[in-house]
Amino acid sequence: MAHAYTPGLKVTENLTVEKRRILPLKGDVLVKVGDTVGPDDVVARTLLPGAVQPINVSNQLGIPPEDIDSVMIKKEGDPMAEGEVIARSVTLWIFKSESKATISGTIESISKVTGQVLQRAEPTPVEVKAYLSGTITEVIPNEGVVVSTSASFIQGIFGIGGETHGQVEIAVDNPSVVLSDDLIKPEHKDKILVGGSLVTAAALKKAIELKVRGIVVGGFDDKDLRDFLGYDIGVAITGSEDIYTKLVVTEGFGQITMAQKTFDLLRRHEGESASMNGATQIRAGVIRPEVVIPAAEKAAEETAGDVLGLSIGSPIRVIRHPHFGKLGAVTGLPPQLTALESESKARVLTVKFDDGSEATVPRANVEMIEG
Amino acid sequence: MAKFDNPDNIKVIVATDCGSTTTKAILIEYDNGEYRLKSRGEAPTTVEAPFEDVTMGVLNAVQELQELSGRQLLGEDGRIITPSNGTTGTDVYISTSSAGGGLQMMVAGVVRSMTAESAERAALGAGAIVMDVIASNDKRLPHQQIERIRALRPDMILLSGGIDGGTKTHVVEIAELVSAADPKPRLGSGYNLPIIYAGNKDATPNVKETLDEKVDLRVVDNLRPTLEEENLGPAREEIHELFMEHVMAQAPGYKKLMSWTDAPIMPTPGAVGLIIQTIADQYKITAVGVDIGGATTDVFSVFRPDGQTPVFNRTVSANLGMSYSISNVFAEATLPMVMRWVPFDMDERDLRNRVKNKMIRPTTIPQSLEELVFEQAIAKEALRLAFIQHKNFATELKGVQQQRTIADAFEQTTSGATIVNMMQLDMLIGSGGVLSHAPRRQQSAMMMIDAFLPEGVTRLAVDSIFMMPQLGVLTEVQPSAATEVFAKDCLIHLGTCVAPHGESKKGGPVMNYSIELPDGTVTGTLNHLEMKLFNLGVAENGLPVTAKASFEPLGNFDMGAGPGKKIETTVHGGVVGLILDGRGRPFDLSSLNAGDRVKYLTTWFKELNIYPELPA
Repeated sequence: MAHAYTPGLKVTENLTVEKRRILPLKGDVLVKVGDTVGPDDVVARTLLPGAVQPINVSNQLGIPPEDIDSVMIKKEGDPMAEGEVIARSVTLWIFKSESKATISGTIESISKVTGQVLQRAEPTPVEVKAYLSGTITEVIPNEGVVVSTSASFIQGIFGIGGETHGQVEIAVDNPSVVLSDDLIKPEHKDKILVGGSLVTAAALKKAIELKVRGIVVGGFDDKDLRDFLGYDIGVAITGSEDIYTKLVVTEGFGQITMAQKTFDLLRRHEGESASMNGATQIRAGVIRPEVVIPAAEKAAEETAGDVLGLSIGSPIRVIRHPHFGKLGAVTGLPPQLTALESESKARVLTVKFDDGSEATVPRANVEMIEG
Repeated sequence: MAKFDNPDNIKVIVATDCGSTTTKAILIEYDNGEYRLKSRGEAPTTVEAPFEDVTMGVLNAVQELQELSGRQLLGEDGRIITPSNGTTGTDVYISTSSAGGGLQMMVAGVVRSMTAESAERAALGAGAIVMDVIASNDKRLPHQQIERIRALRPDMILLSGGIDGGTKTHVVEIAELVSAADPKPRLGSGYNLPIIYAGNKDATPNVKETLDEKVDLRVVDNLRPTLEEENLGPAREEIHELFMEHVMAQAPGYKKLMSWTDAPIMPTPGAVGLIIQTIADQYKITAVGVDIGGATTDVFSVFRPDGQTPVFNRTVSANLGMSYSISNVFAEATLPMVMRWVPFDMDERDLRNRVKNKMIRPTTIPQSLEELVFEQAIAKEALRLAFIQHKNFATELKGVQQQRTIADAFEQTTSGATIVNMMQLDMLIGSGGVLSHAPRRQQSAMMMIDAFLPEGVTRLAVDSIFMMPQLGVLTEVQPSAATEVFAKDCLIHLGTCVAPHGESKKGGPVMNYSIELPDGTVTGTLNHLEMKLFNLGVAENGLPVTAKASFEPLGNFDMGAGPGKKIETTVHGGVVGLILDGRGRPFDLSSLNAGDRVKYLTTWFKELNIYPELPA
């Protein structure tokens, strides 16, 4: 394989961020190219066809399906209100049976084979918001738009909850501090709060109570995650969790100091507005959670972010035991396969950690710290 | 179809498997009277942007084959050269594909355990991922079913229901639900969603009337013409046809690839099923194959419930895998069940975090021995759970009227019992990273034995480089080349597991044995909870060395001939050897107390040479 290491997560001061904001089905685009938008601005809207509810009229009225037309009061395409009589049968002029609409909407179809009538509910409006403060750079007719902005950008490794936005606020002195409940204050309402190496379950609970919009932190305990959600996340596909406070974890599970670079970047932008999204999907077509802090003015783009590969001196993070979470620089890249303690043969590298110690680690178990 | 009327004229074969991430190519040549694998190459799959042309990845993989083998396979026009001539070209080029998420289907039937289950079996057997099974009695309300159909965007739907000549209403009702949902295909919007109708033939005109205008409706023979009969062939063939016509044709570059191949491109799991069926057929054996991946685990089996007719089944355990789905294995199996295979203590909070960290960084590998033991413990549980699902699915037909005699009434058998009979199983084949790339082959053997608990005499093997898909599609063109390469190059023969069925509360001897090994006959007694390993290897041609053996189970223990009845048999060797497993069946390690559990695990690991010195 070309790359035996895991490409790192992007943490960068200046980047042009583009987001496609697309309707689930065709509808109306409400903005045009060049428009300036804020995160809550609606950029496209459509009507989702209503849900379908069948009722078996022939069973209800006790008639053969092929005779259904003779009892139907409403025809295909007719509107109806919930509780309205849609079919009626009269036996011996006095015994009346009726079928009533169970929802408001229209009659979709009437079947002479099954005696089933399909009722279609009123359509529901669906809106897509801009999510980012930025400019509309492309309109995809009837589908949606592309919003672009020049921004500072932080990719997390894992998150929960969907999109939100708020002002960045740093809650800890340094990236190794645990974000505990006593650090979360009422004035953090509507903020995106930056913690250090771990957010405790109690802190997350308090953040939700105080309506903190988002938390960005180095690590989170799986046990707390399970207790918190009430279920175990089996596969890493998140984003639809119904929680007020969205979470972006930058390093991984357990207590892990947030990378200094990430922490410093967030600190530089304290008080600025940011958009964040906890949605994560670790499969083909990977989606990582993110924090986007749009810049007031377009800044020159960093180009150093293109990583060509591992080389001596490359900054790395170990992403598996026994050195999990440690940061260091590559000191050697022996080309030959090397036997590990587990007896697996793998390509390895030697690393000098920030605390001065050294180790040999499989290349598959490190990730580049990208700029 | 194959362009060669006489398969014996085929001397050179190139086959590729276009996976989601990697395209793997193999070169097979006929040399010195036998078909053998000459070389293999791989390259990243190029279905997605910026390349968006699958043939680029194919040509790159074939280019690697060319460099490694010295045979010129690519012409100046950038095409694969056919036919072969001396040291250039190939006679046949074939391919399988699972790129772009494979074949995703929804199936529907009337009764969940009858027509809907038959439809599910047809779809799985064809190599599909079944996204959902809709049935009249699946406990969802009709509007919930419609919402579900609408939300899914399958590649195609298989609709069944009713026996021929039976009631039409229920299957037409299901067709109406599908019509109301107005489902859209997953790829592209320029065509109507294909729906295969394989239900009550009398309802065909009504189903046509309900669906014809909205979808691309195909009608094939009923897959359950009577309650006693399942006829999956026509539905499976139509699925393959539509896979080529619609799904493949939508994927970038596939039209070109389809024009190159000498046999239809097959969905990868469908091809794996085909090679396992071919092997079972050719050697008249029963077999189980398992492929444990990062996200899913596929299990394939061929059993002969009546002793004669082979019955094939495939299941996909969608969320049991070793990376993306590892956390789900942990959640489903529970911590104590995973940790029972680990002979040392680990902290629960730490373990949970380690599992989740593997899930979010799926490409990492175990560096320490402790991590390896833990990962293999999780693999045993993933395999065990996937096999339970398979056993529950691979059953006799449900809903069949049975004639009962007085004797049957005492046996309490019901229709729909599993056809998976471990005592009858001849061969167990494993594939997937954790089995194929374990540092010691003994570890692969132990994972398979602990997870599947084979009974009697069972051969064990692993697929060395996951060549089964290419060999599966090769069976359509040159079956003997496929089976020859399968036995000699694809499989790494691990050996044989000999495990008597029975339980013992007080311990003591469970079986006497006598084995005529190449370096002399060994005889002895196997005790309860004891495991033994004998050296019986592989010959130079890649095939296992065999030995005559007799096994005499003791007391209530059984080797397939009845409790206490001796059997005479031939056992096959392998890179691990011959394993005698005296732990009894059924076997549950959790039933031992903590001290005994660690003591026995350590003893078995030592006897079978599973790991180097373990941490205390």
